[in-house]
Amino acid sequence: MDIKELNKVKEKNLKLLANKRIMVCSGTGCTSSKSDVLLANLKKAIKISGVKNLSVEKTGCFGFCAKGPIVVIDPDEIFYEMVKPEDALDIVNSIIEGKIIDRLLAEEKEQLVKKWHELNFYNKQERIALKNCGKINPEKIEEYIALDGYQALYKALNMSRDEVINEINLSGLRGRGGAGFPTGRKWQFTKEAESDIKYVCCNADEGDPGAFMDRSILEGDPHSVIEAMTIAAYAVGAKQGYIYVRAEYPIAVERLTIAINQAKEKGLLGKNIFGKGLDFQLELRLGAGAFVCGEETALMNSIEGKRGEPRPRPPFPAVKGLFEKPTLLNNVETYANIPKIILNGGNWYSKIGTEHSKGTKVFALGGNINNVGLVEVPMGTTLREIVYDIGGGIPGGKRFKAAQTGGPSGGCIPAEHLDTPIDYESLNKIGSMMGSGGLIIMDESKCMVNLAKFFLEFTVDESCGKCPPCRIGTKRMLEILTRITEGKGKEGDIEKLEHLAENIKKASLCGLGQTAPNPVLSTLKYYRDEYEAHIKEKRCPAGECKALTQVHIDPEKCKQCGICAKNCPVGAIDGEVRKGPFKINQEKCIKCGICITKCPFKAISK
Amino acid sequence: MKHCEGCEGCKIDKKLEDIKDKYKDVKGGIIGALHEVQDTYGYISTTAQKYLSKELNVPMSEIYGIITFYSRFSLTPKGKYNIQVCMGTACYVKGSEKVLNRFKEKLGIDEGQTTEDGKFSLEAVRCIGACGLAPAIVINKEVYGKMDVKKVDELIEEYTKK
Repeated sequence: MDIKELNKVKEKNLKLLANKRIMVCSGTGCTSSKSDVLLANLKKAIKISGVKNLSVEKTGCFGFCAKGPIVVIDPDEIFYEMVKPEDALDIVNSIIEGKIIDRLLAEEKEQLVKKWHELNFYNKQERIALKNCGKINPEKIEEYIALDGYQALYKALNMSRDEVINEINLSGLRGRGGAGFPTGRKWQFTKEAESDIKYVCCNADEGDPGAFMDRSILEGDPHSVIEAMTIAAYAVGAKQGYIYVRAEYPIAVERLTIAINQAKEKGLLGKNIFGKGLDFQLELRLGAGAFVCGEETALMNSIEGKRGEPRPRPPFPAVKGLFEKPTLLNNVETYANIPKIILNGGNWYSKIGTEHSKGTKVFALGGNINNVGLVEVPMGTTLREIVYDIGGGIPGGKRFKAAQTGGPSGGCIPAEHLDTPIDYESLNKIGSMMGSGGLIIMDESKCMVNLAKFFLEFTVDESCGKCPPCRIGTKRMLEILTRITEGKGKEGDIEKLEHLAENIKKASLCGLGQTAPNPVLSTLKYYRDEYEAHIKEKRCPAGECKALTQVHIDPEKCKQCGICAKNCPVGAIDGEVRKGPFKINQEKCIKCGICITKCPFKAISK
Repeated sequence: MKHCEGCEGCKIDKKLEDIKDKYKDVKGGIIGALHEVQDTYGYISTTAQKYLSKELNVPMSEIYGIITFYSRFSLTPKGKYNIQVCMGTACYVKGSEKVLNRFKEKLGIDEGQTTEDGKFSLEAVRCIGACGLAPAIVINKEVYGKMDVKKVDELIEEYTKK
């Protein structure tokens, strides 16, 4: 394909995109809520009605996962939420009649909101990495081309390799996988390495629990990653690329496979791309469920068909990486920014964000928050804006307690730092980190010691075992944390945790071990009193640690209705209706809290 | 080692040969081959390991090392219904631990085990990305969201009858 053909495809499909289209979110979240059945029903409904110029398309994640499945009617951008498969006929009929279905619209401040971008959820967002998610069918390369797809590649091939890298440097883009290394410099190092064979890799082994932005990009806009990797291949001088993606993401794997095949068919991958002499092949490699493979050297071992154990650095991958050749490795979100940077110029990108953190960042907002979902905001947006303006606050009228960023490598941000601008430096300063973008909100019912234990369980399980500080050290830390949450904590445990943490950070071989103690250190920094309450008073202030918590029925408030006993899954509540207050059998009680939520008189508490 | 005969995973059949042919010339292809064996047979038998070792020229010790390193690979067959409880942070915050414990209690098995009748196996898995439906579980690719202790009981009952 040459540029003329590309432009022809673009023009033709741009017209098609202006037609009436029903866009159905087909990301993992919405598919789990039966958006695939809805899609099939919509197709049937259109067929039955016989209406022309109306199509239904799969599309990528809209981000508003809490209200899935999401359907948007383009080009008017009518936004429907929580759509059920049985709503299909009504939707098609309403479009034919030129009406809007009120019951499917979102409601904000007691007002119905009609359009996608009028929602508060989207007001403060700026979508660059997610630009095509929700707009195109990711399984059709023509739609990607319609929205300037592969134009950046053509532009880059008409620049010198240094000019391309210079634009990336100018943009100030930093690695979105967590560490935040300047992307342009990485490209520069790989370009400068002397070798006849070089590789370009994409880290799509998104292992951080609660982070799903990379998956959503791959599911919603796979070509942006392919295009960016091809640009990178040109800039650093590589002919072969690998995308290492988690096998836990079947939809992403499927869409990537389709996208790579389409790009090959169109000559946008393969030999002599755009007739400019660039040869580039791209292969998928599947992860097999090992968190450590998100670490760059472990990932390369895994691509080579070995156990995913990290290698000592230096040598860095830019010098000696995959199959011992110079290798460029970036993560999915980093790549997704590249085409727009090349098209609009590095200067354009560097105007977004803060002084040292440029551009936007995608966060996966989850936990105790109303609007669970995916949000993309300019760097420097405050946590408060994300939690309250975009996230819609904490459900159940509870108080915000902490936000956790950076997954098992990151830390907790307490309420006093809600106004911290989110960028690499500010987060480091308050003892957390950007990480890959998981942002888990916790309300007052969450115990911070238990949370630290949760993350340590994760790292102990995922430690590859190669170096002792990580393998043994994290295990010792977990033992202490377990003891504390079981009410068996001892004087001196906190100090022991700190001592271990410091040594594990210093002595571990790779990023997994070096950051593993962070969740403990940051919770100790902000919630030391909770640790002390567990150890000294044998009390869990949040009421989450089972061994330290008892559920009680207040005999004065109890109206003897028996609803609690009826709902108790383990039969731990004794009593007879109207024959005296009910009582909880503490030996049987599993502290699930169902009775607390079911009691109409609020007589039960922890 | 007990020699096992007759079950599907232990034969060198056409499917296994196809997998071998597909990955024979792929650089570092052993993991890809193991993926396909796992997906096809539900586990990776000793027979399959020996066969791939010989054909792809990877030592048995390395293959065993790979299988035991990566959590997706399994040396033993899984139950008819494989229950995966998501332990991602979003699910954890919304109570996935209680859900997992209830499954353990009700089925009488621990994570990574299969019930004696071969009907259920239980796994705690990494984030499945259905954070909007937290806490979420997967039973043989079917996702169930917004789980609680009661729903666990209902699902076990439903699947026991199947």
